[in-house]
Amino acid sequence: MNVPFEALLFWTLAVVTIVPAVVVLFVKDIVRLAFWFLATLAGVAGIYLLLGADFLAFTQVLVYIGGILILILFGVMLTHRDPLFMKKGKKELFVPGVISGAIILALLVQVIGDTGWFSSPHEPKPTTAGIGYALLSDFVLPFEVASIVLLVALVGAANIARRRDAD
Amino acid sequence: MAIGLTHYLFLSAVLFCLGIAVLVARRNAIAILVGLELMLNAAGINFVAFSRYVTGGVEGQVITVFVIILAAAEVAIALGIVLNIFQHVNSANVDEADSLRH
Repeated sequence: MNVPFEALLFWTLAVVTIVPAVVVLFVKDIVRLAFWFLATLAGVAGIYLLLGADFLAFTQVLVYIGGILILILFGVMLTHRDPLFMKKGKKELFVPGVISGAIILALLVQVIGDTGWFSSPHEPKPTTAGIGYALLSDFVLPFEVASIVLLVALVGAANIARRRDAD
Repeated sequence: MAIGLTHYLFLSAVLFCLGIAVLVARRNAIAILVGLELMLNAAGINFVAFSRYVTGGVEGQVITVFVIILAAAEVAIALGIVLNIFQHVNSANVDEADSLRH
């Protein structure tokens, strides 16, 4: 029996990635939005695995789900207010959002469909050693600059968000 | 039909446009950040798909590692700004922060 595993996996992961993103657009509660976003991030990690990027899939789970999503949940927790006390908050602008997304989607689909892609699938192999070598040989400058960016972001975010009692 | 490059490009295009829709539609600052992260993830899928189907090396994946690093730094700073505004305006709704003095 010839089961097309790759196509099955791709369409399953596509559904797991796209459907929670649609729910993120329309859900009312911000906490549920964060957890539906977790589903999208897990779907993207699966897509990375399907594309043969094993180190990147684990990095996605560790950093995006285990770092950025936790930061977002902290932000949700610290900015929680009873919606009855909101004075001038307007309603969500779903129609302009969907229209702008649809226009850009039409443009992108047109361009992707019309381009003649020179694609030749390469065999996926373990990438951790290759990424390690590349980060210290070809990409050493972005690597060092990224560490400086992280240091600046750490200090800057701590300074921006601190309590200002006696300024 | 075999899964090719264009499948992943269409997937990443749909995810990117959903990120744009979330960014434009939602009024909560944290939800706008989530829309931004959706767009960055879509770009990452694009890079890795090209690395697998066109170039064959790991350059696309290294670029995606840098995208993830910068997304983490940007979310940290953006949340710091949102918390700072929240201390003054007492709301995470972007329509409430509409005056330049507090």
